[in-house]
Amino acid sequence: MIGIEHYVFLSAILFVLGVLGIFLNRKNIIVILMAIELILLAVNINLVAFSAFLGDLVGQIFAMFVLTVAAGEAAIGLAILVIYFRGRGTIAVDSVDRLKG
Amino acid sequence: MIQTIAFYLFAVIVVASAVMVISARNPVHSVLWLILAFFNAAGLMVLVGAEFIAMLLVIVYVGAVAVLFLFVVMMLDIDFAELRSGFVKNFPLGILIALVLAVELIFGIGAWQIGGVQLGLAQGAGHMAEAHSNIASLGAVLYRQYLFLFEAAGLILLVAMVGAIVLTHRERRAVRGQQNISKQVARRPDEATVMKSPESGKGIEL
Repeated sequence: MIGIEHYVFLSAILFVLGVLGIFLNRKNIIVILMAIELILLAVNINLVAFSAFLGDLVGQIFAMFVLTVAAGEAAIGLAILVIYFRGRGTIAVDSVDRLKG
Repeated sequence: MIQTIAFYLFAVIVVASAVMVISARNPVHSVLWLILAFFNAAGLMVLVGAEFIAMLLVIVYVGAVAVLFLFVVMMLDIDFAELRSGFVKNFPLGILIALVLAVELIFGIGAWQIGGVQLGLAQGAGHMAEAHSNIASLGAVLYRQYLFLFEAAGLILLVAMVGAIVLTHRERRAVRGQQNISKQVARRPDEATVMKSPESGKGIEL
């Protein structure tokens, strides 16, 4: 029988892969956004697994809210990406230095 | 037994497709691997009995977010080879940080398994109603205890939608020399031309 630690390990691996994706594709902001989606997926798996194994539905409710925020983040992020590409003709993260942050 | 096999099948495919997402050369392939990862994560959630979240994952992530990514990747004309140039240079640092993070997480999980860490128990805020399905009990908890958060989530989506439209909407500028057909057709010769008979030695005012 599958215990909760299997799910926790799986979501830990997925989380680490998402962080690794941000580091490996530092120039390509599209892949960075996809890596963030992977991280949020790992969080969702964790929430749902704990919710199921502890018998408390609140985890699944919060997984829904995480899903909402992820959808909004993707929409706004891609919109910013599109207008940035329109103005500059590239999406390289290195050249995003207008604010000198 | 069949549950164990299904778990390992889904888990292996999720991890493998996550590796492909971050290492694929072409971002279109990355998006397609991401879709595979989401489908298998939905399978994992069905396995623990969270059918509603699983279906939400398929509908929202695969149906909306991944397709949005696909549209953006395909619409923008980007030189992806140039963007990939730092891949090898960033590899050692990335692997190092990923390893540190993984070891920390595994330490945490290990400490919990040994019994050194006491986790809080569920307070029973949302107990699964025995007689109802997952979606019915989820709806009961959501609309009774988390109604305002639910409304706030709707507001977040509205703001995101308005923001995305405002950011990307482009007003069509009138191009120079644009033709106004109705004005052209309504033009009459007597109002377009003027007859003048100027006296000699004087200018003419038009």
